[in-house]
Amino acid sequence: MTAPLLQLKGLSKRFGGLVAVNDLSFDVHAGEVVGLLGPNGSGKTTAMNLVSGALPLNAGEVRFDGRTISGLASHQIARLGVARTFQLVRVLGGMSCRDNVAAGLAFRPGGLHGSAAGRAAQQLLERVGLGAQAELPASELTYIDQKRLELARALALAPKLLLLDEWLAGLNPTELQQGIALIAALQGEGMTVLMVEHVMDAVHALCSRCVVMNSGSRIADGPTREVLSDARVIEAYLGSDDDIQEAAHA
Amino acid sequence: MNLLDILLAGSTLGGLYGLIAMGLTLQYGVARIMNLSYGEFLIAPAFLAYLGVTAWGLPPLLLLLLVLPLGFVVQWLVYQLLLTPLVRRTGAGPALEVDSILATFGLMFVVQGVMMVAFGGNYHSYSYLSTPVQVLGSTVAANRLLVLGVAIALGLGLYLLLTRTRMGTVVRAVSVAPRFAPLVGIDVRFTAALAFGLGGSMVAASGVLVSMFLPFSAAMGTMFAMKALIVVIMGGVGNLMGCLLAGMMLGFAETLVATFIDPGLTLAVNYALFLGVLLLRPTGLFGKGAR
Amino acid sequence: MSRRDCLAWGAGALALAGLATVPRWMHNDYYLSLLISVLMYSVLASAWALFSGPTRYVSLATVAFFGVGAYTTAVFGESLPWAAVLLIALGVGVAMALVVGLATLRLSGVYFVIFSFGLAELTKQLVTWWEVNITKDLGRYVFVDITAQDIYWQLLVLLALVLGLRAWIARTRLGLALRVIGEDETVAVHVGINTTRVKVLLFTLSAAFMTVAGAIMAPRWTYLDPTIAFAPAISFQTLIMALLGGAGTLFGPLLGAVPLVLLFEFLSANFPNHFAILVGLVFMVIVYAVPQGISGWLRRRKHHGGGK
Repeated sequence: MTAPLLQLKGLSKRFGGLVAVNDLSFDVHAGEVVGLLGPNGSGKTTAMNLVSGALPLNAGEVRFDGRTISGLASHQIARLGVARTFQLVRVLGGMSCRDNVAAGLAFRPGGLHGSAAGRAAQQLLERVGLGAQAELPASELTYIDQKRLELARALALAPKLLLLDEWLAGLNPTELQQGIALIAALQGEGMTVLMVEHVMDAVHALCSRCVVMNSGSRIADGPTREVLSDARVIEAYLGSDDDIQEAAHA
Repeated sequence: MNLLDILLAGSTLGGLYGLIAMGLTLQYGVARIMNLSYGEFLIAPAFLAYLGVTAWGLPPLLLLLLVLPLGFVVQWLVYQLLLTPLVRRTGAGPALEVDSILATFGLMFVVQGVMMVAFGGNYHSYSYLSTPVQVLGSTVAANRLLVLGVAIALGLGLYLLLTRTRMGTVVRAVSVAPRFAPLVGIDVRFTAALAFGLGGSMVAASGVLVSMFLPFSAAMGTMFAMKALIVVIMGGVGNLMGCLLAGMMLGFAETLVATFIDPGLTLAVNYALFLGVLLLRPTGLFGKGAR
Repeated sequence: MSRRDCLAWGAGALALAGLATVPRWMHNDYYLSLLISVLMYSVLASAWALFSGPTRYVSLATVAFFGVGAYTTAVFGESLPWAAVLLIALGVGVAMALVVGLATLRLSGVYFVIFSFGLAELTKQLVTWWEVNITKDLGRYVFVDITAQDIYWQLLVLLALVLGLRAWIARTRLGLALRVIGEDETVAVHVGINTTRVKVLLFTLSAAFMTVAGAIMAPRWTYLDPTIAFAPAISFQTLIMALLGGAGTLFGPLLGAVPLVLLFEFLSANFPNHFAILVGLVFMVIVYAVPQGISGWLRRRKHHGGGK
């Protein structure tokens, strides 16, 4: 079996007295779509931030594509092929959609600029369904369209690993199906995805494997169906059997 | 100068810097306003004290009591009239910071200009309690001891106000989580104005204290604002105790440099410390933890 | 380059040539002096906008660099050829900017603003200390054999350079990086932009222009001391002009410089004591009424007018 594309080894992160991520370890192999699950406050987004370099870690190591990336600056990690979206969508409101994507195209190794970038940006926009809105300022897009734009910008980096932070949150059923289809298509092309997600439909549809966190630690790691019927995972989300009995009788 | 002299001089200066910074940390930490005109509102009460003492024969301590509410009202009005339109225009994000920097920069020029016209650019001072006092074998001017004592008393008072009263807790809540404070029914705008006003009280009192023992001029406001900013950053924004500790550090550093190296390099010391903190621990030496 | 761009560059070159002929036929010293002021502030405001415009990092340190440049001329003007003086000024300005930039630009904008706020005062204190203790010579006479016309032409060249640089950067990847940084620095970092390097580069370029401008202008003041060289009013006026005209566009700073130089000339002549107050009020009016500057206002009108 080939080496995993992404390896988290003993990652820890504390904020003052609060341990947000505690000795977290798991692997993601090339071509996999792995779900990173857990109740609110379990440290999932913090873990994402550690991988993308947005936060410095206190202990442990992140290895990507055979090299250690923990300790590198975010822009270096981005250039190595790790792209991400943000939990609260961040688009460049004052710039057109095309320019938003062009920003993703320009600074990666072998980046594009000028008219070549314009064409590539248009293609990416059409990929995510925003072809008609290329000239619009990003601030005028709807929420789902802004998410699509952010994905297009992430794809513009030609990444080997895509980090999606609750990308499918807040969508209506139709939009959700479209979003799932888009990610599935990316997977079909061989993209490796690590997605933090709460929407279980999406997790079942897309993730072959899931890692579950609770209070900063990993409590499960395995095929999706197994993990989601694991007693510990259920307890983490819903509370213990006693709590459930109490809730039932309340 | 022996060790005790240095200790007293350093702590007086340090206590003063700490007090000045406390007011600014309230304005920046709670109202999110980077008030570059802060130093002018220290010099103005100093001139007021000067007038009070020399023209009307009033005791400086009385003036100190007077400027506490006066300073509050002035800064509260500044917030309501000048800064609220900006808050409304930009929300409370980074754009507010830029706009408030510009607006208060302009205000700084205006206030400084007014003082220049009224008093000219010369140094002013008046004599108050400059009688020497023996403390533990060392001689120090009584007014310096008074400054130290008052600075500590006011600082303590502010601390108690913020930790023991309900309003104080509200202020601290807005400082920590401005976006979530409304969720528990806090009127952020009102609280911000309140904090801004409190900062005004502190800086006005500091101005009177400065007038008691330092010669001052209309152009010195910038320097005080600068030092206050440095102490606020060093101590961690919003951290009152940090202000005091960082203020003390600055006061001692300045005193040591002035005594052993050269009194003309005090601002360089400020910047050297500032640079050090920025390079090593930009969130402040004491962070946001210790409140 | 598109035809429109060619026309724009052509028009610019023509305007430049036209402006260059002015000293030949303008024999009125007062007007020439006024034009020199306009040029100086055009350079300073454009240099300010070069960095602070796109990044939104407000620099309050213009006069720190300007003053250093002026002092370079005061110190070396008599002993070294003019070109050497300008080169030394350039070097010192760049060195200073690198130190300040590398220390503060890794962090969020507010640290930079605070640092820049006191930088002029700090530089003034350091120069004072040096002059008092080391060279024992606080005020200096600036004896450089240079005419007002020469100063005019050199400033014109400097203006052409800074405008040309801004125009050129806007069409490169660097310009895109600047726009992204100004919009959202977190996004900038995550698309692979080394934001610190970009900011330091732009800041250094901006400082270089300001320092050389100071060096060129120094002979206008036959006598210099730290208080004159590091006058806060220069930082202030530069800022107002860039803001009035609009720091985001190429000609915005000039749109601000021209009317304000004339206004300030009028104010300082007629209300010398109240100058600071009036300038401060003008500034605040601009901040409140025209936050995007004149060019921003023009741009909005164009959009609204065209979209109807």
